[in-house]
Amino acid sequence: MGSRASSLLREEEIEEIKKETGFSHSQITRLYSRFTSLDKGENGTLGREDFQRIPELAINPLGDRIINAFFPEGEDQVNFRGFMRTLAHFRPIEDNEKNKDPTASEPLNSRINKLLFAFQLYDLDRDDKISRDELLQVLRMMVGVNISDEQLGSIADRTIQEADQNGDNSISFNEFIKVLEKVDVEQKMSIRFLH
Amino acid sequence: MTDLCGGGMEGLWSIAVVLLPVWFSVMIGFIMIPAMFGLSLGVTSVYIQILVKILEWATLRIERGHREQPTLSVPAPLPFGLIQREGGSMEQEMGELRRYRTQSISRGEFALSDSFYFYIKGLESIVDDQVTQRFSSEELVSWNLLTRTNHNFHYISLRLTIIWGLGVIIRYCVLFPLRITLAIIGLTWLVIGTTLVGFLSNKRLKNWLSELVHLMCYRICARGLSATIQYHNKENKPQKGGICVANHTSPIDIVILANDGCYAMVGQSHGGLMGVIQRSMVKSCPHVWFERSEMRDRNAVTSRLRAHVAAKTNLPILIFPEGTCINNTSVMMFKKGSFEIGGTIYPVAIKYDPRFGDAFWNSAKYNMVNYLLRMMTSWAIVVNVWYLPPMTRREGEDAAQFANRVKSAIAHQGGLLDMAWDGSLKRAKVKEAFKEQQQKMYSSMVMGKKGRNSQEPHTESTRRQ
Repeated sequence: MGSRASSLLREEEIEEIKKETGFSHSQITRLYSRFTSLDKGENGTLGREDFQRIPELAINPLGDRIINAFFPEGEDQVNFRGFMRTLAHFRPIEDNEKNKDPTASEPLNSRINKLLFAFQLYDLDRDDKISRDELLQVLRMMVGVNISDEQLGSIADRTIQEADQNGDNSISFNEFIKVLEKVDVEQKMSIRFLH
Repeated sequence: MTDLCGGGMEGLWSIAVVLLPVWFSVMIGFIMIPAMFGLSLGVTSVYIQILVKILEWATLRIERGHREQPTLSVPAPLPFGLIQREGGSMEQEMGELRRYRTQSISRGEFALSDSFYFYIKGLESIVDDQVTQRFSSEELVSWNLLTRTNHNFHYISLRLTIIWGLGVIIRYCVLFPLRITLAIIGLTWLVIGTTLVGFLSNKRLKNWLSELVHLMCYRICARGLSATIQYHNKENKPQKGGICVANHTSPIDIVILANDGCYAMVGQSHGGLMGVIQRSMVKSCPHVWFERSEMRDRNAVTSRLRAHVAAKTNLPILIFPEGTCINNTSVMMFKKGSFEIGGTIYPVAIKYDPRFGDAFWNSAKYNMVNYLLRMMTSWAIVVNVWYLPPMTRREGEDAAQFANRVKSAIAHQGGLLDMAWDGSLKRAKVKEAFKEQQQKMYSSMVMGKKGRNSQEPHTESTRRQ
């Protein structure tokens, strides 16, 4: 009378993931059930089509960018560790983590790392700058066919103008952080687990 | 040596010869004849009561086991999902995100934080979405001693294992042969009876006998599944010339509903055994069977159904507007075709009790035969059927709105989640149009247009309990 879903996930693995991501034991086992239910091919990894099978994600204008964030450079499959590592960015920041030793390594769900995650969703070529083109591409995904090229272009120009401080006509990560310093990133970029 | 064997064989044979008639007379006497007349000997209800007691004991035992050994305990399924979602509309959420800016949301413009809204919505749906879970069986809060529902439960105690073992023996060696025999008898009688009735010419006698034959067979089949059905609000039962719509969980829905009344079935004509049954059923009273090619022509389908309904003496049609089996936790989009026929709609809500057996047919995982075998080796089927008051299309309401109204009524009555998603998402991809809808809505926020319709497509629907 053993269990099926979590028997494939060993205790040591759960501990490692716990240390790396900060999720609790029960959250990890639940997310593992979710991972296996998405894994239709039952080979322990998820491909892009497994994500696209979720209707709510398929209708999300930025769905493809989000799916992309799960796959490391050039790879087509993500295993459970990678899945958890990406989700860890959206774990809420707990109170006991807020005033940690600043020299300790940043947890994945810190404010900086959440903003970095959002930055990388804009920075399509991963050159640490959001260029006008990259901004236009993401804008186009969000508005579809409803806004003309010129209007979109001027929106992009205005946005870069507001954010750009060193005059290189693109947004660096630091400039990105500056623009969004008043946004409650901790609350808005977090998924609240019920348990 | 061979003498002994021969003697042994003879002995077995004589035992069989004695037992078989006993077996059949037990069947006929205690099960079939009461079933024919809709009477019950009360055996099934006693069985269910004993089962409930055992399952309650098992639940307590498992909970105790989890408390004593917390490391073994695996989290129980959450009835309201894994995460808590923001309920706000796109406008509300974006407005909150943009609070750091001095311009108000009605002035439009773009903010770098706008994309956060989509990221969070996307990630929430990756962690827990409302749709994909409807196409697999409902997870139980506590194990019901069937191996097939054992997802998360570890070994707890010896007594539990023994009860489970006994359960396996009883289900597979006692109940299963009994049920198979009943099912075979039921179906055979359906074919024979309807063919015989087909030879009659006197209309009234024919109809009366046809109803009797159909009812008998469905009752025998229901016994064949140890089905305990509770009908509520019988005064709203579908009348002749009407259309009965219900939520769809499994092919057994037909047996459940037909136990209490006669319906004209609608469906595709099959070959093989199903085809034989279909053809003989049609001999005794009109059912509506379509060829595969006809099904694609929506107008042909609608006109045939309309003709059937127009003849007020015909039995009510039974339709499942979801178009596919859903796992009985929610009601998905009703296809509007059934609601364009006209006539009175009699909605029916069907809710299975998952503790006694999982009635959902996951057609991707199990074929029909496999599914029926699983049904016959469950504890029982316990189901509640509510007849809702008849509904007709209102002035100025189109078929799709009418369909939604009926769907909400059924969901509300059955305690199911009312969802706008299409059941055909089980197999097909979601339409691009929904993404375009979101893009349009966002665009109007960027352009700063006022007075837009802020209806949010496909967000959380209220769960009514």
